[in-house]
Amino acid sequence: MKLITAIIKPFKMDDVREALSEIGVAGVTATEVKGFGRQKGHTELYRGAEYVVDFLPKVKLEIAVADDVVDKAVETIVKAANTGKIGDGKIFVSNLEQVIRIRTGETGEEAI
Amino acid sequence: MQINVNFQTWLLATSFFILPQTVFAAELNQANTAWVLTSTALVLFMTIPGLSLFYGGLVSSKNVLSILMQCFTITCLVSILWFAGVYSLIFADGGELQAWIGDWSKAFLPDINTTVLIGDIPETAYFMFQMTFAIISPALIVGGFAERMKFSAMLWFSALWLILVYVPICHWIWGGGWLAKLGVMDFAGGIVIHVNAGVAALVAAIVLGKRKGFPHVAMPPHNMTMVVTGAGMLWVGWFGFNGGSALTSDGRAGMAILVTHIGAASGALTWMTIEWLRFGKPSVLGIVTGMVAGLGTITPASGFIGPFGALVIGVTAGIVCFYATQYVKRKLKIDDSLDVFPVHGVGGVIGSLLTGVFATSQFGGLGLPEGVTISHQVGVQALAVLVTAIWSAAFSFAILKGLDAWIGLRVTSDEEVQGLDISLHEETGYHSL
Repeated sequence: MKLITAIIKPFKMDDVREALSEIGVAGVTATEVKGFGRQKGHTELYRGAEYVVDFLPKVKLEIAVADDVVDKAVETIVKAANTGKIGDGKIFVSNLEQVIRIRTGETGEEAI
Repeated sequence: MQINVNFQTWLLATSFFILPQTVFAAELNQANTAWVLTSTALVLFMTIPGLSLFYGGLVSSKNVLSILMQCFTITCLVSILWFAGVYSLIFADGGELQAWIGDWSKAFLPDINTTVLIGDIPETAYFMFQMTFAIISPALIVGGFAERMKFSAMLWFSALWLILVYVPICHWIWGGGWLAKLGVMDFAGGIVIHVNAGVAALVAAIVLGKRKGFPHVAMPPHNMTMVVTGAGMLWVGWFGFNGGSALTSDGRAGMAILVTHIGAASGALTWMTIEWLRFGKPSVLGIVTGMVAGLGTITPASGFIGPFGALVIGVTAGIVCFYATQYVKRKLKIDDSLDVFPVHGVGGVIGSLLTGVFATSQFGGLGLPEGVTISHQVGVQALAVLVTAIWSAAFSFAILKGLDAWIGLRVTSDEEVQGLDISLHEETGYHSL
């Protein structure tokens, strides 16, 4: 099992969620986060004074998937979240040791 | 021009044609009374909640309650001081010292009852209306030292500033003092309130020093929705501020509201346009700041000018206050946190000087007193502005330095980082989880 962590542009969240549910990925946890990468910050105006704002708002999606779904899921996210412009975000894939469904106590891929 | 009995003598000689029925009226005028009572509510509404929300939204989320608390406490404190003697020192006849200060005869209102009149309105209404102006003045200064001043020091400063600065300046201009005798025109507080508070805020910002991180770290408003809500309340409340200041419910009050509105709208559009041209995007904060600049600037002129003058004054306010804000923040690097001086102080100066020009009938105003030329009037206006700025700066500086030596002005660096809400008030404005 893998944990997919995707940092995407906030306005792409609905597209990604829809695309994922189309391929059968049903569970997603979303968090509003701030960060920067190559896009760096941007400038904002306050009463005509310009400031560089380092941390930009992004959405972090966390998705637990079975091993055979990982590639398809990653491909789907990349396609749905892509605008071609700098700042589209990143996807991290890591091993997931265990998953437990709290209500039933099921474990492993059955709990996903 | 908030009138008291003595000042009315001067008015009678100079502008009786404007205020025909109010002077020396011995009977209660119900229309005037109703409008002054309404205006009292409108002006208090400007401070709580208008200015509180406007300022509260502009600071960071960890300091929002400190601003609301400061504005609220100032409202309470000034009200009690007003009753205890401040009203009397400004508006009671000072006898031989009248040119400089009133006396204590109205402290705690010993002779008040429901039938006592000032002009043709009850003294109760007059007392309350004037009080709301005294409340908003120290509340405006809060913007200069926001996010870093001790609550105790803020209270002492507000009380001492009210007594040592607001009392004499207000008496000189509105209480029949020496500047009133010279013929200064300050309809609703361009000098008494905006120049006065703006200069004090600048001095406070300098004496307290910059907030941690200024000017490199962005200090964006934490809640622009609150800022715009508060700004809208200020605009509406200003109708009472300027419209009520003749203490009459008549054509002059209508004209005051008309020019106030034109000033606000043109100031707002001007600031927005400059930002749009210079930076590519018109900002919400820009348009509301331009509105406040337009309102502050039109205030001293509002009972003397016509709509054309208001348009010129509003546009001038938008331009000059915009560049003043840039200059104070970027060039001088003074951390006047919420830009009180460049918006209110500078706006008050421009408006007070232009009053001498646009009050004339050739520019559509109600006319200068007979025999008074534009240059003479502008000279008197400049003198009053200068005297007020120097007095306010000197006493604000002395009060702040004294308090710093006595109890300290600034919170500790840790408290500042943590935010004043939790470190001074043990509360937070917003809860998550």
